[in-house]
Amino acid sequence: MTSQFQPLAATPLLRVEAVNLDYHDRQRVVRATQEVSFDVYTAERFVLLGPSGCGKSSLLKAIGGFLPVADGHIALEGRIITQPGPDRLMVFQEFDQLPPWKTVLENVMFPLLASGKARRAEAREHARYYLDKVGLTAFADAYPHTLSGGMKQRVAIARALAMQPKVLLMDEPFAALDALTRRKMQEELLALWEEVHFTLLFVTHSIEEALMVGSRILLLSPHPGRVRAEINSHQYGIDDIGNAAFQHTAQHIHDLLFSEPRVAATETSPARIKPRFKVVGK
Amino acid sequence: MSLQPPIRPEYFHDLPPLEPITLVKSLPLTTRLWNHAWLRKSVILLVLIVIWEAAARWQNNDLLLPGFIQSFKAFLQDMASGELPTKIGFSLATLIKGYVIGSVLAVVMSSLAVSTRIGRDLLSTLTSMFNPLPAIALLPLSLLWFGLGENSLIFVLVHSVMWPMALNTYAGFMGVSDTLRMTGRNYGLRGLRYVWYILIPAALPSILSGLKVGWAFAWRTLIAAELVFGAQSGKGGLGWYIYQNRNELFTDRVFAGLISVIIIGLLVEGLIFTTLEQITVKRWGMQK
Repeated sequence: MTSQFQPLAATPLLRVEAVNLDYHDRQRVVRATQEVSFDVYTAERFVLLGPSGCGKSSLLKAIGGFLPVADGHIALEGRIITQPGPDRLMVFQEFDQLPPWKTVLENVMFPLLASGKARRAEAREHARYYLDKVGLTAFADAYPHTLSGGMKQRVAIARALAMQPKVLLMDEPFAALDALTRRKMQEELLALWEEVHFTLLFVTHSIEEALMVGSRILLLSPHPGRVRAEINSHQYGIDDIGNAAFQHTAQHIHDLLFSEPRVAATETSPARIKPRFKVVGK
Repeated sequence: MSLQPPIRPEYFHDLPPLEPITLVKSLPLTTRLWNHAWLRKSVILLVLIVIWEAAARWQNNDLLLPGFIQSFKAFLQDMASGELPTKIGFSLATLIKGYVIGSVLAVVMSSLAVSTRIGRDLLSTLTSMFNPLPAIALLPLSLLWFGLGENSLIFVLVHSVMWPMALNTYAGFMGVSDTLRMTGRNYGLRGLRYVWYILIPAALPSILSGLKVGWAFAWRTLIAAELVFGAQSGKGGLGWYIYQNRNELFTDRVFAGLISVIIIGLLVEGLIFTTLEQITVKRWGMQK
């Protein structure tokens, strides 16, 4: 898993520059991230890692175009992101991201048709191909409510990959799964990446998951989220989890995240307020 | 004293392949029959009919309370003579016009309400103003505006269907989860396409219950309106039929008219709405 880690292009695919993000509740404005900058290159598996309250999900939503930036800018292939679009497909943690009124196959076809990227026959073929990749061909005509959590996430991943987005955004996609299923899904995601080499932006709060899944990790400190470090993790795969280097890096990350002197978060202490996003039509 | 659990030996089984055993057992016939909703409902209906017939016989006054058998005979007679079917046809035609217009307007209003703030204010103000207003109270005005014809009936029907429908639909739209909303936006859906492909199917349970409530409201309003309005015009629907027969003291035919209303209600609920639910929200696991 080391040879592929050559930036395919000299310029980054995604640039996040000095981004401040705010979220609003009724009385106040709370800063979610402060001056966050990073670059993501094509075919990287870029992980945003940090404790809760570091604004990693907010960052991902901003890149998805769901959350406007307060300052700074985010650019995909040089174009500033202003709204959601099918070139940045998102896989959510929640299982209800699959419209329940569509079968598995229709769910995978849905974005292809909705965005006008493919005609029906072509979309069907495409969808079948990616359903096969995630091993769900047998369930093509099933409705989402009959699937297990892991299978639903597989459908969401197949759906996102079938669109061949420029970046695949994953917001703690395996957090709601049980530990055994989660491990299996991590393996499958990596296997898929080996095959398709998509660009992945992955949010997690698990150090282990970051090291296994990611090729590069951005560490964020909480309240507000600021960049603490960027760490390479392309050398670690699923099988390295027990070995000494892996454990050492994990410990290092742990120290980086938690060794900070506590000063700031006294007066404002916006701890544990989950940001509420203004989604269109609300 | 510290309590130490015993340390016991470990063991391992090699699991042989399962022999084919019957894991599925069929339920006894009576239980299977009783699992059909239509059967249970039929039994309830039967019990009600028996109570009615018994009460009528005990009362023994055809003018006040004719029995089920007598009323049903009158019903069959008038069905056969073609009088009831004409009246039912007239009522249903008016009803469906008003119902469809009201439902479409309700969906349009709620779509407006989810997409703009002023639309939301408009909907909430209008519904709080007009929803409590009985449709029948608008009938005199409606007659003034639209004359003695179908149009004034349609006007009150639209009024009675639209507001509860709009409230239900809007509540359904508001209940769509953020994740689904973001998913839809992620595909680049916006405006009408967003409403059509995401909001309406996701809110379908609420929309269906709105349609049901609207249907009941429409029936009530129509029969009540015809009772008032039909008296002033020769051509009338079921309400007029009931009114006329009451005047002539054919109480069994009054009941025949009521039976028609009830049967149509049961048919629409049992056939149309149940089927709609079966092929949509139940199939999709959105409703039990």
